[in-house]
Amino acid sequence: MSEITLPGVEDAIALGLTADEYALVSDKLGRAPNQVELAMFSLMWSEHCAYKHSKKILRTLPTEGAAVVMGPGENAGAVSVDPDGDSDLICVFKVESHNHPSAVEPFQGAATGVGGILRDIFALGARPIAILDSLRFGEPTSERSRYLLDRAVAGIGHYGNSMGVPTIGGEVYFEGPYETNCLVNAMAMGLVTQETMIKSAAVGVGNPIILFGASTGRDGIGGASVLASAELGDDDADKRPTVQVGDPFEEAKLVECCLELLAEGLLVSLQDLGAAGLTSSASEMASKGEVGIDIDVAKVPLREGDMEPFEIMVSESQERMLCVCTPENVDAVVAITDKWEVHGTVIGTVTDTRAMRIFRGNDLVGEMPVEALVDDCPLYDLQPEKPSAPLYAAPEATLDGGASATDTLLALLASPNIASRLPLFEQYDCIVQSRTMRRPGECDAAVLALPDGSGLAASIDCNGRRVAADPYTGAIEAALECAANLACAGAKPLGTTNNLNFGNPEKPEIAWQLTEAVRGLGDACRALEAPIVGGNVSLYNQGADGPIYPTPVVGMVGALPDVDAAGVLGFGEEGDQVALVGWEAAPPLAASELAKLRGEALPDGLPEVDLDAVIAVQAAVREGVRDGSLASAHDIAEGGFAVAVAEACLAGDIGVTLKLDAPDDAFAALFGEGPGGFVVSGDAEAIEALAAKGVPVRILGEVGGDVLTIAAGDELVTVPLEQLAAGHAALAKLFP
Amino acid sequence: MRFGVVQFPGSCDERDALAACETVDGAEAVILWHRDADLKDVDAIVVPGGFSFGDYLRVGAIAQFSPVMAAVIAFANNGGPVVGICNGFQVLCETGLLPGALLPNERRRFICRQVDVEVCSTETPFTRACTAGDVLSIPSKHQTGRYYAPEALLEQMEADGQVVFRYANDSNPNGSLNDIAGVCNTARNVVGLMPHPEHAVDARTGSDDALALFASLAQGLTHV
Repeated sequence: MSEITLPGVEDAIALGLTADEYALVSDKLGRAPNQVELAMFSLMWSEHCAYKHSKKILRTLPTEGAAVVMGPGENAGAVSVDPDGDSDLICVFKVESHNHPSAVEPFQGAATGVGGILRDIFALGARPIAILDSLRFGEPTSERSRYLLDRAVAGIGHYGNSMGVPTIGGEVYFEGPYETNCLVNAMAMGLVTQETMIKSAAVGVGNPIILFGASTGRDGIGGASVLASAELGDDDADKRPTVQVGDPFEEAKLVECCLELLAEGLLVSLQDLGAAGLTSSASEMASKGEVGIDIDVAKVPLREGDMEPFEIMVSESQERMLCVCTPENVDAVVAITDKWEVHGTVIGTVTDTRAMRIFRGNDLVGEMPVEALVDDCPLYDLQPEKPSAPLYAAPEATLDGGASATDTLLALLASPNIASRLPLFEQYDCIVQSRTMRRPGECDAAVLALPDGSGLAASIDCNGRRVAADPYTGAIEAALECAANLACAGAKPLGTTNNLNFGNPEKPEIAWQLTEAVRGLGDACRALEAPIVGGNVSLYNQGADGPIYPTPVVGMVGALPDVDAAGVLGFGEEGDQVALVGWEAAPPLAASELAKLRGEALPDGLPEVDLDAVIAVQAAVREGVRDGSLASAHDIAEGGFAVAVAEACLAGDIGVTLKLDAPDDAFAALFGEGPGGFVVSGDAEAIEALAAKGVPVRILGEVGGDVLTIAAGDELVTVPLEQLAAGHAALAKLFP
Repeated sequence: MRFGVVQFPGSCDERDALAACETVDGAEAVILWHRDADLKDVDAIVVPGGFSFGDYLRVGAIAQFSPVMAAVIAFANNGGPVVGICNGFQVLCETGLLPGALLPNERRRFICRQVDVEVCSTETPFTRACTAGDVLSIPSKHQTGRYYAPEALLEQMEADGQVVFRYANDSNPNGSLNDIAGVCNTARNVVGLMPHPEHAVDARTGSDDALALFASLAQGLTHV
């Protein structure tokens, strides 16, 4: 081993390990770690890589089901697109966060977030077919929030558009608790067949390991530990060098190269380089294959010649892949990487040592058991405790409590959480690859056509304010919201991915939010038969002004047998009947968007959800869409019934005249929020057929004209479409 | 009928273009790899959209030097029909096969939306199956699509009927001069346009208005 001054416990702490963890590393090695080893352990044992505060509760989530081809553990989860049929097509998908990088440098942070999740998809041999994103910022009245929004949207578009992968959906919320710590979560989907899907386990002692793609530089060093696993603070500008810089052109070549390598049958395994760079990708390959790996850092193509071995091992330079092939295929592999100008280089070998051995030329500069690196990080029990006082201040009131129902509807439509997302979505290519059957704004879920005439639908959602009011029920609502969106498209869930965005889990109140939300998510996904096949955890999302709202972002993929029957949200024909489906009584205003506009504090808890009843309603709506009887279907979400009706009018460019029978509380009936409600339209026969399925259906009036009119007891909402549209376009001014 | 679709590193819409070409009865479509000067005996060439060479230096600036482009230029100079879509239009302008240039959008943002495109000239191999004045619904998606030409050139082009497509019904998304969406060369065999006709060949995904454009290429061939 080469002579270098050994780092000590204070160096370990600076890299994010605790003193006890440092002692444990020394114990596992039988000696103190050197610089290379400490750098590698600090990353592999970081929250980001080791899930040390979340792994135990993640194990409670449902991960198995009829459609599941591959659950959590690989680069992404995989489901059969047709679990009951004979299609061999598999959809792989996953959501990941790039929150702290985006808070520090939003354009590159968001861009490389997209780049990273796309690599997870094609690392499995799948062609990436879609991106959805989930964004959270502070109120747009804040200059910083507007800057983060503008640059993050530009970054997502830059990467996804340049890659030729459509961005087909997503969501964005603006809430005070995200002011310091914005959230940028990106979900990607890919298509692959059983025969071409590949995994990351390194196998075959003596097989070479080839690194290809971009060269390795000093960017992103310590990103996983320093940036992703600690709270944000005043010195964040100093952390900009830990943010990676993306090059979608390099990745566009990498996708085609990987797919060609797999089509030629040249690879034994494939892995992308993400957080913690070579360190995590190589050690995970070794761990899964139950082998050892030798790497010679002197063979790694560098951007800067004087990089130290530890820097090479932890660099998070983007757009790099590792593969294993048999020795006789090296030349063929390198030739294809040359064709795509992502030049492959043999940098190591699979061994039987069960150790990661790092060489620089002939010098051994680090040696660690794979198991110690990958599996031996201590897991911590959370110490959850329900907070005794509210964690979040009441928002500033922006709407007078005495506003009329009409003014209230207009205020809601123009509120940043409800206003049309078109000004964002227009900045993304949603049509490349020619599969997009429903573009953003046409249906509650995005819909993609498959070659056999069936379709995939996808949705991503989470209302953090409601999770903050009640982490258990709020998480259930997030999963139900995704499933409701799929139902409106005519799709049934195949599987789920999630990104748990929370504050500092070492604090009991955050531990409680996390525990409760995971419990809710598990219960909902079990009931929906939508197992969780992959996901990500992002903790320590808090700054000096406190924690973010707990935000367990849920992404769901579903299937519909006939893609031509995919639903739309907009009203269609004059004279169609409009019905409210699913709700016997209006849900309350507490924790609603209207409550926020009125400046009301969050309630302590949300009404209990009857999962079976909501799922039955979703099934009925889904059937009505699939059999073509419903002309439109739209899930009731933020802003309640009246906003859902307004959205259906705007999407269909046609008015309605409705009457809600003498409700006890007209404002709750118009604007209350809760799961399980839908606004549908269709001919009388279609609505009758829906009621015959045994779910609550109330016919309220019909489609027609160019004015939205809803009579609710003593309240009358009446607004011309033109005025609705003007209010709904409120976000356009954020993107001059 | 055999179409060739050029592929550069960073091309995005080449598979969509292949599929669009194959909507023509009896047509086949093949990829023309950027490093390969062999045009594989194709009858017409599509230079597709995307971000060739990452749009580095300037959109289309690097792609023009690819070996395949030398062959495409020779093919065009010999009268062969060539269509450039979006990035392909930018590449053809860089090569000088088409007049003018594409500048960053007025709002300097990427914009993806369905636009109305009026066919202004049917005297090109890409529009001969249309009727002048037809308005086609075609998606447009780009950040650098603002058509520009010096005033004198622009006047000359207008006089000579070299404006093949114009944004209609106030749908100019990028600030192009004279609402120009697409142009042709003086010999009229090379056409470039910013909107994406290869994404308007299936009503289920938005529109099939551009089927006539691809059919035009085949119709033209019967005269060869």
